[in-house]
Amino acid sequence: MTDQNLNAIERMAMVKQERMAAKLGKRYAKEKRFQAYGIVSIVIGLSFLAMLLGTIFTAGFSTFYATEIRLTVTYDQELLGVADMNDESQLAFANWGALVKNALAERFPDVSGRSARRQLNSLVSSVAEYDLKDRLEAHPELLGTTEEIWLMADDEIDALMKKQIDRDAPESERRLNDFQISLVDSLIESGELKTAFNTTFFTNGDSREPEQAGIRGAMIGSFFTLLVTLVLSFPIGVSAAIYLEEFAPKNRFTEIIEVNINNLAAVPSIVFGLLGLAVFINVFHLPRSAPVVGGLVLTLMTLPTIIISSRSAIKAVPPSIREAALGLGASRVQMVLHHVLPLAMPGMLTGTIIGMAQALGETAPLLMIGMVAFIADVPGTPLDPSTVLPVQIFLWSDLPERAFVAKTSGAIMVLLGFLAIMNLFAVFLRRKFEQRW
Amino acid sequence: MTSSSLFLLLVLIVAVSYFFGRKRSEVVAQSVGGIRHLHSLPNYYGLMAAVWAGVPGLVILSLWVAFETTVMQGIVFSGLPDHLKTLTGPQVNLFWSEVYNLRSGAISAPSDPALLDAMAHITTLEQQSKIGKAVMVIALSVLGGGIGWSLIRPTQKARNQFEVVLRTLLMLSSMIAIFTTVGILFSVLFESVRFFREVPITEFMFGTKWSPQVAINAEVAGSSGAFGAVPLFVGTLMIASIALIIAVPIGLMTAVYLVEYASRRVRNIIKPLLEVLAGIPTVVYGFFAALTMAPQLKTFFEDVGVNGVSSESALAAGLVMGIMIIPFVSSLADDVINAVPNSLRDGSYGLGATRSETIKQVVFPAALPGIVGGVLLAASRAIGETMIVVMAAGLAANLTANPLEAVTTVTVQIATLLVGDQEFDSAKTLSAFALGLMLFFTTLLLNIVALAVVKRFREQYD
Repeated sequence: MTDQNLNAIERMAMVKQERMAAKLGKRYAKEKRFQAYGIVSIVIGLSFLAMLLGTIFTAGFSTFYATEIRLTVTYDQELLGVADMNDESQLAFANWGALVKNALAERFPDVSGRSARRQLNSLVSSVAEYDLKDRLEAHPELLGTTEEIWLMADDEIDALMKKQIDRDAPESERRLNDFQISLVDSLIESGELKTAFNTTFFTNGDSREPEQAGIRGAMIGSFFTLLVTLVLSFPIGVSAAIYLEEFAPKNRFTEIIEVNINNLAAVPSIVFGLLGLAVFINVFHLPRSAPVVGGLVLTLMTLPTIIISSRSAIKAVPPSIREAALGLGASRVQMVLHHVLPLAMPGMLTGTIIGMAQALGETAPLLMIGMVAFIADVPGTPLDPSTVLPVQIFLWSDLPERAFVAKTSGAIMVLLGFLAIMNLFAVFLRRKFEQRW
Repeated sequence: MTSSSLFLLLVLIVAVSYFFGRKRSEVVAQSVGGIRHLHSLPNYYGLMAAVWAGVPGLVILSLWVAFETTVMQGIVFSGLPDHLKTLTGPQVNLFWSEVYNLRSGAISAPSDPALLDAMAHITTLEQQSKIGKAVMVIALSVLGGGIGWSLIRPTQKARNQFEVVLRTLLMLSSMIAIFTTVGILFSVLFESVRFFREVPITEFMFGTKWSPQVAINAEVAGSSGAFGAVPLFVGTLMIASIALIIAVPIGLMTAVYLVEYASRRVRNIIKPLLEVLAGIPTVVYGFFAALTMAPQLKTFFEDVGVNGVSSESALAAGLVMGIMIIPFVSSLADDVINAVPNSLRDGSYGLGATRSETIKQVVFPAALPGIVGGVLLAASRAIGETMIVVMAAGLAANLTANPLEAVTTVTVQIATLLVGDQEFDSAKTLSAFALGLMLFFTTLLLNIVALAVVKRFREQYD
């Protein structure tokens, strides 16, 4: 071999090495890019989460406090037209609005003229007079006396206090004019206007007036619905899981049940609503809009979740425990009830809580069975018409008033709060009782 | 006596039977020389007596409550004058609400004198039914308790008998899943058949015009309504595809990163955070889509210079739905990628491949069946999702391929057709059930295929 040849080979090797190095660089770059895609995906997912919660929390936070106005109210018997405090019909037709108007007129004696008076009266919520009625009904001895009382402000005033209305905007583009703002300012100066925790939101039922609308009715409705769901789905789900894991023979029939359960877990929830409408309401004539029917539908919907998680909890109990029980002469039923079931219980409870959390957030099937009506009363029994939290959110989200956007977000925050508590409790149960065999 | 107080009484009788059954077994035991000589523990004799007392009464009570109204209304109806017997469907419901309103005093003057007779008739029937129910249930449960009590003797195999009862109960519970499926099938099938009698199935499947509003009287033009469901199918597919285009790559890459790259600590933080997305109720996503996403998309496209973007665009609904199913895809993909054996990875590393090359050329092909199964499940989820589209997508059926226009979906139509008051005979209401049938079968098919694919994949590596 000559030197020249050697050089040629060396040169080839060097070229190849360079090519390899370049290629390797490319491959490493590709590797980096691929990894970056993964990070970007996670960041996208998490930022959507942050955006979702952020928009709702910023919009909903203001719901939890409300603006109130202090007025000196005289319960004037003549003005009210009430002669006898025990007469229901007199109380119902009494002129409660006049009390508020009088009190406002006394506070601002300089305001005169029809339109100015009307603007003055619009400071206080149009439903505040019912608070006065409730107060007087509870304390009849107040009739004829004078007292200072905090009354709810109109939602426009509330919006102004929460800076949702821009003071500096030109008057024509504002929903409150300069005169109303001057009234508000004078109230603020004398300390007769305050923002306080909004208890109304938690103590009232639904209302067409945003400042009076609350979630009590929906919360009680949700409670009844979940109660029915829990009472039915937990025993049935656990029984089904025990049967399938411990007693069912391995045959075609059992296989059909298993396939069925897996498929039901993935059937769209609205289809369960169709079932509820056709069977529970049209065939069995159960009351429309009642938590009982909602609970029945949600039971059918959550059963697969509970059965599947209960089965895995039973599967996790080691066979040695079963064999020990059987060896000591226990029957199969005793073995299951006395030994397997208690050991599997934490896992079953965890699955049930997760199923309940799903049921609490479910909306679509409840629309089908008529839980979407406007119901102002708080339900007293599971048979009364009512609505549930997610449906209330759906109903409010449709309303045009701006104040309802905040209400909706506030209701969502309450719903998410409940869900968070339930899920954290499930995590706690799992951590506390999880056993590795 | 109301049904609930009757139920409480029944519970009381059951408790009493348990107590006496238990006592009797102890008494009987004395004649043979103590409890040791009984076949079972006294507890089981008490339980058997309770079963005898409770089961027949409970069965009768629930059947009675379930069919009471239907039977009574049927009896009253058959006794009505001829001109009222011809009433059908929605008119019957109106008739009954008028009767009940008449009784409660909400209406004072009946539209037909026969209504007063019907009211009197149903009231007597209700009285009789109430008494009959109470007598039947109490008699049956006391009688049953008595039989159970008299059966108790030392040789009675009380434990074995009770275990048979219990196992039957357990089996019945597990069969509720079958009843539910059958119930769903029948309720949608039954009404769908009625619908297809009025509207030919070919028109429903291939027609391109959907306007279910049936005019109240026949003289109005276009009173027949149009039930071509193609625009709904196209709208559903469009929104679901947008959702999958968002969710599949993001979910898949998230899973890959979490399984193959992330440290344990990072994984333990990120995974639960992403699962929060799966726990948020769909109505919240719907609110977000309608109030935040849709207007923002509209302004964005208008800034870019695209006009005519609908405020109920398919894009907004699809995008938010995609976010919703990201955790669904990622947790399924996570399982599948984890199931690929490490020996495959090690072989690939040994040949000098980088991590990403290993993932792309070894792990993905191995996990492909599982991933396909997961995507199918996600698709079935997207197709069946209701609240997001009800709140953020349109109502008008629009046959279009433009994701910036408003489209409507199968689930939106079901929801809007059935919310509020409905007449149960009109094609409009029945069409919702036909759509429900389509939805049920589509998702069922997707699920079965997906589960089969995933199962085959699992078996490959187990």
